[in-house]
Amino acid sequence: MSAVGGRFKRFPHHMVVFLAPATIIYTLFMVYPLLDSIRLSLYTTDGTGAFHFAGLTNYIAIMTDPLWAGPFWNALKNNFIFFTMHMLVQNPIGIMLAALLSLPKLAGRTTYRTLIFMPTMLSVVIIGFIWQLILSPLWGVSETLLDHIGLVDLFQPWLGQEATALVTLSLISVWQFVGIPMMLIYAAMLNIPEDLTEGAIIDGANHWEIFWHIKLPLILPTIAMVSILTFVANFNAFDLIYSVKGALAGPDFSTDIMGTFFYRTFFGFQLQLGNPTMGATVATMMFGVILVGVLFYLFVLQRKLRRYAL
Amino acid sequence: MPKTRQAISSMGIHAILFSYMVLALWPIFLTIINSFKTRKAIFRDPMGLPGLDTFSLKGFNKVLLRSDFELYFMNSITVTVATLVLVLLLGAMAAWALSEYKFKGNKWLGLYLAIGIMIPIRLGSVSLLQLIVNMNLANTLTALVLVYIAQSLPLAIFILSEFMQQIPNDLKEAARCDGVSEYTIFFKVILPLTRPAIATVGVFTLVPVWNDLWFPLILAPSNETQTITLGVQQFIGQYVTDWNAVLASLTLAIVPILIIYILLSRHLIRGITAGAVK
Repeated sequence: MSAVGGRFKRFPHHMVVFLAPATIIYTLFMVYPLLDSIRLSLYTTDGTGAFHFAGLTNYIAIMTDPLWAGPFWNALKNNFIFFTMHMLVQNPIGIMLAALLSLPKLAGRTTYRTLIFMPTMLSVVIIGFIWQLILSPLWGVSETLLDHIGLVDLFQPWLGQEATALVTLSLISVWQFVGIPMMLIYAAMLNIPEDLTEGAIIDGANHWEIFWHIKLPLILPTIAMVSILTFVANFNAFDLIYSVKGALAGPDFSTDIMGTFFYRTFFGFQLQLGNPTMGATVATMMFGVILVGVLFYLFVLQRKLRRYAL
Repeated sequence: MPKTRQAISSMGIHAILFSYMVLALWPIFLTIINSFKTRKAIFRDPMGLPGLDTFSLKGFNKVLLRSDFELYFMNSITVTVATLVLVLLLGAMAAWALSEYKFKGNKWLGLYLAIGIMIPIRLGSVSLLQLIVNMNLANTLTALVLVYIAQSLPLAIFILSEFMQQIPNDLKEAARCDGVSEYTIFFKVILPLTRPAIATVGVFTLVPVWNDLWFPLILAPSNETQTITLGVQQFIGQYVTDWNAVLASLTLAIVPILIIYILLSRHLIRGITAGAVK
């Protein structure tokens, strides 16, 4: 064996053996396709399937050509609404649940934690279909429930209406993924030294004051991390819209987000043919949006918050 | 007085947590109970448990008869298990090399492998499909496994190398003094010690792979290679109006994940909480 009698006496074959398989698979199936997609976005195809270099033509088309620009800006806008709903609803609920779960001497903590996290584990496709059934006027489950609490007049086919479909889908996604901020923030709260909170209790502070003045400032870095995870996941989302609304993201594209727009551009739908180079362009735009978010997190949020954390 | 106030506030806390728990579980519960009911009972009394006169397995019969559900299920298991084993093995090997050996470019290689934690592999789909077609792997489970390994490795390597850095040096040095090869140290000493971290990495790998719709849809949509997630999606698309069949197929897709979750939730939660501490 090569390493007998000391690590560096001969060429360290074992290091290559340990590192090569993972690095090769990762490079070939992840890094190369990402970079090659960016390259492809600078080309156009013709009827024969040949590729021609076209510079930024695709980007100009997607942002200004009426055929592309309408759907593109619509999908981007919808995606921001989708993300905003998560930030406004999912993360505050997650923080609240985490704050309650981390209170001292809470009975049944593990049970609550485990069961509330359960929907997060299921496939988005399954969750999408389940909520489609529950919200369906045909089945009437939601109507009956609203009737019990005297709010039956509120019932509408939320998933079917242009004005409400996107918000409803966002809330379904919030319902499924609230477990992630809950868990991460809960873990951060457990990490807060007990001296801090106990000292405050002796000084006469209640749980509410402790939360606002001690815990919340200390978990800000975790909230920033949760936000960037949400951002990346939301701008990469596809499964939920596709399984509930199909590739056309109806009604009238009101639930179209970048993921479904990418799919349609790449594979085509109905009369429009699939266009790989335009698909690569949409993917590169998504990559750009995600990269801006990640860099903002790394260089602005994390640096600012680190000062607080100390 | 403070005691009563404490009791009231503790009741309030339990009320909130319990209500949220019901909200989280009720849709899943509703789906499962209704999949065991007759069509009539599904509509007349959706909230009722299946009783003697309303019990029916018609939906399950239809799903098993009209779709290749067993095949999809086996495909999902094959893909998930193959991915899991290879990610754990290759990930642990790379993590060990990165955390143990000092060599030029160690930091850069670690950073390079970590980029994939944040950047979704989906964005490379156009080229990835071309690559898979050129390799003659379109509509094969192998294609899915390769892509899922690439997708899962970054996080696996990250978690495992954090863990391996904490393994005490004495153990390794003792083995090295005995003149044991680096391979033996890794497989006989290190790998068994990483078992707790391996469980965590396992869940983080398994769940997204099992639940994925995107790659089965674009890389392996043929009937022979459909995974359970894609199979259910296609089946429901076809039988939208058959409520028994729809509910039964959803239940069949939910139950395996619920069982795995209940078995592994301890590791998963420990993994998340330990990871967030850093």
